[in-house]
Amino acid sequence: PAFGLFIFTIARDPLRIIILIAGAFFWLVSLLLSSLIWFIAVKASNPQDERLQKGLLIFGVMFSVLLQEAFRFLYYKLLRKAIEGLVALSEDGCSPISIQQMAYVAGVGFGLMSGAFSMINLLADALGPGTVGIHGDSQLYFLTSAFMTMVLIFLHTFWGILFFHGCEHRRWWEIAAVVTMHLTVSGLSFCNPLYVGSLVPSYLLMAAAAAWAYLLSGGSAQNLRRFLLCKC
Amino acid sequence: MITFMNNSDSEEEPCNERTSLMSAESPPVPSYQDGLQASEAGEAQAHRKRRAGSSRNPNNVAGGETSGSGVPVRESALENEEEELTLKYGAKHVIMLFVPVTLCMIVVVATIKSVRFYTEKNGQLIYTPFSEDTPSVGQRLLNSVLNTIVMISVIIVMTVFLVLLYKYRCYKFIHGWLILSSLMLLFLFTYIYLGEVLKTYNVAMDYPTLFIVIWNFGAVGMICIHWKGPLQLQQAYLIMISALMALVFIKYLPEWSAWVILGAISIYDLMAVLCPKGPLRMLVETAQERNEPIFPALIYSSAMMWTVGMAKPDTAARGPSQQMWDAGEDGREHLRSPSHAESQMSEARSPVPTRPVTSLEELEEEERGVKLGLGDFIFYSVLVGKAAATASGDWNTTLACFVAILIGLCLTLLLLAVFKKALPALPISITFGLIFYFSTDNLVRPFMDTLASHQLYI
Repeated sequence: PAFGLFIFTIARDPLRIIILIAGAFFWLVSLLLSSLIWFIAVKASNPQDERLQKGLLIFGVMFSVLLQEAFRFLYYKLLRKAIEGLVALSEDGCSPISIQQMAYVAGVGFGLMSGAFSMINLLADALGPGTVGIHGDSQLYFLTSAFMTMVLIFLHTFWGILFFHGCEHRRWWEIAAVVTMHLTVSGLSFCNPLYVGSLVPSYLLMAAAAAWAYLLSGGSAQNLRRFLLCKC
Repeated sequence: MITFMNNSDSEEEPCNERTSLMSAESPPVPSYQDGLQASEAGEAQAHRKRRAGSSRNPNNVAGGETSGSGVPVRESALENEEEELTLKYGAKHVIMLFVPVTLCMIVVVATIKSVRFYTEKNGQLIYTPFSEDTPSVGQRLLNSVLNTIVMISVIIVMTVFLVLLYKYRCYKFIHGWLILSSLMLLFLFTYIYLGEVLKTYNVAMDYPTLFIVIWNFGAVGMICIHWKGPLQLQQAYLIMISALMALVFIKYLPEWSAWVILGAISIYDLMAVLCPKGPLRMLVETAQERNEPIFPALIYSSAMMWTVGMAKPDTAARGPSQQMWDAGEDGREHLRSPSHAESQMSEARSPVPTRPVTSLEELEEEERGVKLGLGDFIFYSVLVGKAAATASGDWNTTLACFVAILIGLCLTLLLLAVFKKALPALPISITFGLIFYFSTDNLVRPFMDTLASHQLYI
């Protein structure tokens, strides 16, 4: 689905593609830094201690989430500057792309990159021989991973919109809400393999974020109804 | 020619031409630039990527060279238009370059992942004489550095040779060289590649069929590249060629040498293009003095319609094809957007048009494009291919390198818009690519693996 989003909404306009790739890049950099920290922490600690390792992992995850949000903020700043440049350069004084579109594309960029990194090795392994869950792990590993990745990608998209909107209007609580949501979702994934605990709330959160983003983007229940009923 | 030392598969090839062709690429920098094309407002607009002045534009036929004189007049007139168009076309150009680079990388990665041949070590090129199979780390490092020095010096020698040839007007020699080189590439390497792919998928093909297929492919390729042909076909051939070259490099360069060579080449590129005494710079200046199109290096152009329409002599048409060749090793690239130049060109050519001038100008607008040397394609693909072949993190690393290279390309185009000169496209992208490769392989991979095994999501 995320790929479909890409094809239908982004692939037309080259500017959006650039923003998308840049978004992916920023996510990548944040991942790099967070794994650097984690790596250092692991190397500096005792490899035998299971609980410590787990604890470090959790710490790594949280730190990574925070870093991702920080990079989203940086990206926002960069895009603001870019918009000013674009406006100055364009013929009729208004930017060819609005900040909301940028927010959307940036969110998709983050999401795609994060999804790709989560899924692609899994997919490559899935092509090979083997049985899922043969060692007593859950048999639904691939399925749940797929769903979880999809929900994450969508969430990133919505968070992008919410985040940028919050930055635009200086509503710090929106930003804080995004960060908290991200932390929650990651934290929920700790419940795996108890999938009920992680997938269901994530989807609920995603629905909430979707509705919120939709409202922020200017939609309303009325618009939705008209769209669905194909009225004019 | 690349002499395959222990390779059972390929025959010995005549040494010189190939090599020369390859290294000699000296992608002349196209700096025909800007000065002329001052029209473009120098805003540091994020998306202004058009580069004017491609002197390298093969379209420029002897008379049409955009140097100086005709230009200033047009400039002011076009200046405003240019600015407006820039924005519209700026991002478009970036995408026009993204697509072929992406395609090339995809082809290379797909081949590396599926065809075993390209990851086996069957010997080394004669340009990397020192083996890397030594027991100690220090020795290995030393050998790879020495290999790099040998390779880079070969490239420098070839480039200087080419510059000298150009200076002394030995055009025929250069043309012949390029043709021979592309011939070899198109036929021989395609044969090897096809053979390996068929082996991998266990598809049987008899020799007559193979002969016909390769003959057709090669002949059409030669025509398309060196003469006239539909733009898309030409671009496709250029991409194929770059991918083939990149595959050859991936196979025959030993590991550490490959990385050091990549680094060294970007530094060399930077120096060759920007230093006043650099060979590429001299090439450009000489061409400028003579008001001729710069000797073609491998260049991928996103919009080369011109040559087809122009009734001008062959040299123009040859230009683009030649470019193809060089890309071989150096890949200096010089990004140029011929847009402005083309407008100049159209003026110069109006006496000999195959269509009315107005339509030329219209065409011109649609066809403004950016040019990127084929060497760049090759080295980008080498980086990504090596990442795919040797990284244990597999796809993550490959993906990371891919994004890094694209971003590097974006930034380079941005700088191009700011400076309006021919710029080396290698350094930024390769640097990013290298950084990301090493860091992803060593740092991110364990992290992601651990996360995946616990099924945690960040």
